[in-house]
Amino acid sequence: MKIDPDCRYRSSHEYARKDGGEIVVGISDHAQEALGDIVFVELAEAGKTVAQGDAIGVVESVKAASDIYAPVSGKVTAVNPALQGDPSLVNKDCYGSGWLLRIAPSAAGEWAGLMDAGAYEKEIGKE
Amino acid sequence: MNLKEEPLLFELSSPGRVGASLPLCDVPAAPVPPELARDGLALPELDELGVVRHFTRLSQKNFSIDTQFYPLGSCTMKYNPKVNEQAASLPGWRNAHPLSGEEFNQGALELIHSLQEQLCEIGGFAAGSLQPAAGAQGELAGVLVMRAYHESRGDSKRRLVLVPDSAHGTNPATCTMAGYQAKTIPSDAEGGVDMAALAAALDETVAGIMITNPNTLGLFDRNIEAISRAVHGAGGLVYGDGANMNALAGVLRPAEVGIDVMHYNLHKTFSTPHGGGGPGAGFVGVRADLAGFLPGPIVARAEGAYALLMPARSIGRMKSFYGNFGILVRAYVYLRMLGAPGLRRVAETAVLNANYLKCLVEGAYKVKYPRRCMHEFVAQGDLAEGVHTLDVAKRLIDYGFHPPTIYFPLIVPEALMIEPTETESKETLDEFAAVLIRIAVEARERPELLHAAPTTTPVGRLDEVAAARNPTLCYRS
Amino acid sequence: MPYIAATDADRAAMLLRVGAASVEELFSDIPASARFPKLDLPPPLAEMEAMREIEALAAKNLSASSSAWFLGAGAYYHFIPAVVPALASRGEFLTAYTPYQPEVSQGTLQAIFEYQSMAATLLGVDVLNASHYDGATALAEGLLMAYNAAGKAGAGQREKAIVCADLHPEYKAVIASYLAAYPIRLEEVDLPPESAAALADASTFCVVAPYPGFSGAIGDIGAAAEAAHAAGALLLVQADPIMCGLLKSPGELGADIVAAEGQSLGNPMCFGGPFLGMLGAKASLVRRMPGRLVGQAKDASGRRGFVLTLTAREQHIRREKAISNICSNQGLSMLQACIYLAAMGKTGLREVAELCWNKAHYAASLIAGLPGFAVAPGRFFKEFTVRTPFPAEELARRLPRRGVVPGLPLSRYYPERTHELLVCVTEMCTRAQIELLARSLEEASR
Repeated sequence: MKIDPDCRYRSSHEYARKDGGEIVVGISDHAQEALGDIVFVELAEAGKTVAQGDAIGVVESVKAASDIYAPVSGKVTAVNPALQGDPSLVNKDCYGSGWLLRIAPSAAGEWAGLMDAGAYEKEIGKE
Repeated sequence: MNLKEEPLLFELSSPGRVGASLPLCDVPAAPVPPELARDGLALPELDELGVVRHFTRLSQKNFSIDTQFYPLGSCTMKYNPKVNEQAASLPGWRNAHPLSGEEFNQGALELIHSLQEQLCEIGGFAAGSLQPAAGAQGELAGVLVMRAYHESRGDSKRRLVLVPDSAHGTNPATCTMAGYQAKTIPSDAEGGVDMAALAAALDETVAGIMITNPNTLGLFDRNIEAISRAVHGAGGLVYGDGANMNALAGVLRPAEVGIDVMHYNLHKTFSTPHGGGGPGAGFVGVRADLAGFLPGPIVARAEGAYALLMPARSIGRMKSFYGNFGILVRAYVYLRMLGAPGLRRVAETAVLNANYLKCLVEGAYKVKYPRRCMHEFVAQGDLAEGVHTLDVAKRLIDYGFHPPTIYFPLIVPEALMIEPTETESKETLDEFAAVLIRIAVEARERPELLHAAPTTTPVGRLDEVAAARNPTLCYRS
Repeated sequence: MPYIAATDADRAAMLLRVGAASVEELFSDIPASARFPKLDLPPPLAEMEAMREIEALAAKNLSASSSAWFLGAGAYYHFIPAVVPALASRGEFLTAYTPYQPEVSQGTLQAIFEYQSMAATLLGVDVLNASHYDGATALAEGLLMAYNAAGKAGAGQREKAIVCADLHPEYKAVIASYLAAYPIRLEEVDLPPESAAALADASTFCVVAPYPGFSGAIGDIGAAAEAAHAAGALLLVQADPIMCGLLKSPGELGADIVAAEGQSLGNPMCFGGPFLGMLGAKASLVRRMPGRLVGQAKDASGRRGFVLTLTAREQHIRREKAISNICSNQGLSMLQACIYLAAMGKTGLREVAELCWNKAHYAASLIAGLPGFAVAPGRFFKEFTVRTPFPAEELARRLPRRGVVPGLPLSRYYPERTHELLVCVTEMCTRAQIELLARSLEEASR
C-alpha cells in the first residue's frame, strides 16, 4: 500500500495534491484497495462550486460504493476524462492517471487542516 | 443441473414460426391511422414446443427449494407447500377483477379480512393492512405511518430514525424514502443494540427506531423491553422489521414487548414461494392509536358483508388495488393448515434446527456470538490464508448445496449467515454440516479446490467487474 | 404436520446435541411474561379441508370467464396460453431465491435478461429493469428516478412535475404516497399530453403522460416529448404494453422513461395482484434506475452467463443513499410475461393488439348508435368512455346478473361523473358478446 508523501488526506480517504495553483483530488491507494475493482466513477461537473466536505462524486465497485468528499472548498476546474472509458485507472494508478478532479481552491487555510502522509498512515492503522 | 448452454430466445427464433393460436377476427376491421401504427416488432418467433423446451431447460439451470437445501440466512427458504399453488390457481381467484364491485367479490374480501385478523392476532396488533407488495414496501408503509403519527401531533422536529448497524439495507433506504435520516446505532458485545449509544442518541429529534428482533445475527435482543421504554420515553416509536418472524410466530407477540408498527414478509414466515425474486407480500400491523394511518384500502366487516375501507387518516395507497392478492391466498391456506399449534411447532423446530446445526459446525468455523441462537446463526468463512467466505460458498455448490447468505450482516467480517428453517430434516442438516466440515479441511489442505469452485455448474464464476464496466443489459443481434 | 420432517426421536437427539433439556429452553431469551402466548386462531385444517374452504371462498367471486366481460380500468382480461402457467409453475423457478449466486441461478437470470430484452423492444427503450410491484409503483419510482436525474441533480434544482390528470386515479394516489416526503411539487393538469407538456418551464423536471389515458384517450406523445425536452424536462410515459404491439412505442415517440403495467402480458387479474411493474429508460439514465438489472457476462473459460449488475445503485450496498428501498422484484409475474412474449412472439402479440383494436372499435360503433349513449371523441385502443343516459352505476350493478359486466362506472373514482362508463374490449370478447353488451345497454335504457 502506497501513501504519496506529497499529498494531504481526509479521513474519508481522499487525497489532495498541489499542482500549480490548483488541487488535484483522488482517492488513496488504501481506499482503492478496499473498494476493489472500480467499475464506475461519477463526478461533479466542471464549473461547480463546492465547499469542503461536500459530496463531489461516487466511486463504485461491484460490491461497494463510496462517496467522494471535497478535501477543500473551491471551484471544480476539470474532471478526469479518461475515467469514463476506463475506471480501472483508479485501481492501477490512483495518484497518477487515476486522479478524479481538479479544484481551484477558495480558502487557503484548509490545506493546512488536512492530514499529512504520516498522520494519514496512523489514521488507517486504526481501522 | 443442465450444463449445456441454452441459446437466447432471439437466437432460437426463425421467421414465420408462431407459438400461440388466436381466433380469426369476427368483427369488421377498423383501419389503424398510419401515423399511429408501429413499423415492426422485433420479438423472437418460436413454435410452442420450442418455447416449452427453452424454459424447461432454463429451469434446470437453477437451484431451488424443491431440489436443494437452501440455507440462506434472513431469507427463510422453507418448503413452499404445493397446496398453496393449487389454491391460488383456482379460476375463482384468477379471473376475479378488482373493480367489479364488493358485492361480486365477497370471497376475496373475506379471505383478506380473515388473513388480516389472524396476522394481527399473531403479532398482538390492533389493526393491520395487507396493501404492501413486499417486505420493503411494508417498511416504507410502516415508517410513513410513524411520520403521519408525529405530524398529526404537530411534532415536526423529528427527522432521525435510529437503525442498528446489523440491519438490512432496506431499513436505512426506507428511512430516506420516508424523508428521515437514518442514524446508525452500534451493536454491543453480545450483538444487541448498544444501550449506552441508544440512550445518547435519543432526543426530541428522533422519530423512532427500526429494530429487527431476532437480529440479523440470529440473536434475540434481551433488552427489547428496555429499548422500547427508552424510545417511547423520548417520544419515538418502535418499528419492528419482521424479516425474522419465523422464530417468533406463536412464541412472542411483538406488540407485547413494545413494538408499535411492524411488517411481516409473507414470503418468508408464511411459506409463499420466492419465485426467483418475488412477488412477495408484506403485512403491516400497528397498535390501536396508529390504526387510522394504515395504508389502504383494508377490509372491514359490517352487517354480514365485507367491504373495502380507507382508514380515516391513511397514508394512502402503496400500490394499485389490494396487495399481492394471489400471494395472500397462499399465506391464508398455510395459516389455516397450521393454526396456533402449528405455528408454535414451526418456530420451535426452526430454532432447534439452527441450534443443532450451529453445534455441529462451530468446531470447524468461528461463530462470533457463541450463545444460543434463534432461527439462524452467523459463522465466518476465513478458514485459512487466502480462503474467503466467497470460496466456501462456491465450494458448497459443488457439493449440491445452495450457499448461505454471505458477507451479511456487515458487522461480522467474512460472514456466512445460515438459516436452515423448520422444514429440513435432521439427515439434511447432518449432511450439510459434514460437507461444511470437509470444506474447512479442504481450505487448509487443498485450497485450490475452493478457489476453482464451482466446477459442477453451467458456468463458472462470472466476471462481474467486466459486466458492470461495460454493461450489456439487452440482447443485441 | 406434513411440513416438518423432525420426528420425536430426531428432536430428542438434536436437543441432546444442543445440550438443552427441552425446546422451550431455547427460548429463554424471550421475556417470560410474554413467552408462548395463547393465540386465538381458527383450529388447524387438513389439506382437503383447507381446499374445501378455499374453493368455497373462490366460488363467491364473479369470474370473468363466466360473463361477457368489458371491465378493464387497470386490470385486464386477456388470453393466457397454457404454456405460461405450465412453465412458470415449475418448482425450479417457483421456489428459487433471488439470483445472488449466479452459477446456480442461470435459469432465472437468463429469463430476466430475455424479459429485459423483449420488454425493452416492445416499449422502445434502451434498458428496462427486472420489474417493480405494479404499474403504479413503477410510475412512482420512475418519477423519483426523473427527479434524481433532472430535478435534484439538475443545474437549476427543478422541483415541479406536471402530471396529466387522465392517469389511473389509483396510480395518482400511489404517486402521492410515494412522494409524501420529497420536496417535489406535483401540478395536475386536465389536458392531453401535448398541451400539458407545453406548460413545462425551467422549474419542471418531468412531465408525466399516459399512453393511453385512464379514459382510453390516446394523446400526441411525440409532441409532448418535444415540448418537455424544449423546457429541459424529461418525459415519463405510462403505457399499455399490449397497445405497443400495434401502435408506436413511447420510446420511439421520444419518451425518456417508460412505466407500464405488465399484467396483460400473461398474468391473471387475480383480484388485483400480483401484477408486473415495467420500468425502462434511455441508456443515459441507467445509473439512476431503481431495481434489479441483469447483464451479460463471461466466465474464465469464455462461457456466456448472466449476473445481477450495476448493484451499487441498490439498497443492500448503498443503504440510506440507495435510489430506492426496493429489494424484491415481481419475479414470477415477470417470468410469466417473459414466457407470454416468447409464445406470442412477433406476430402473435400484433394479432392480439389488432383483435383488441378491431373489437373495441366495433363495440364503440354499436354503442354510439344507441339512443341516449355517446362515445367520447378521439382516438383510443381497447378502452373508451361512454356517456350513459342514466347513472352508469346502475348498469354495473344490474347487468352482471344477466351475464354482462359492462365496464367501470367512473363515479367509483369521481363521484360527480355519474353518467360515464369506461368500457374495455379485449381479444377475449366475441362478436356475440359485444352485440349482447349493446343490446343489454339498449334494453336497460328502455
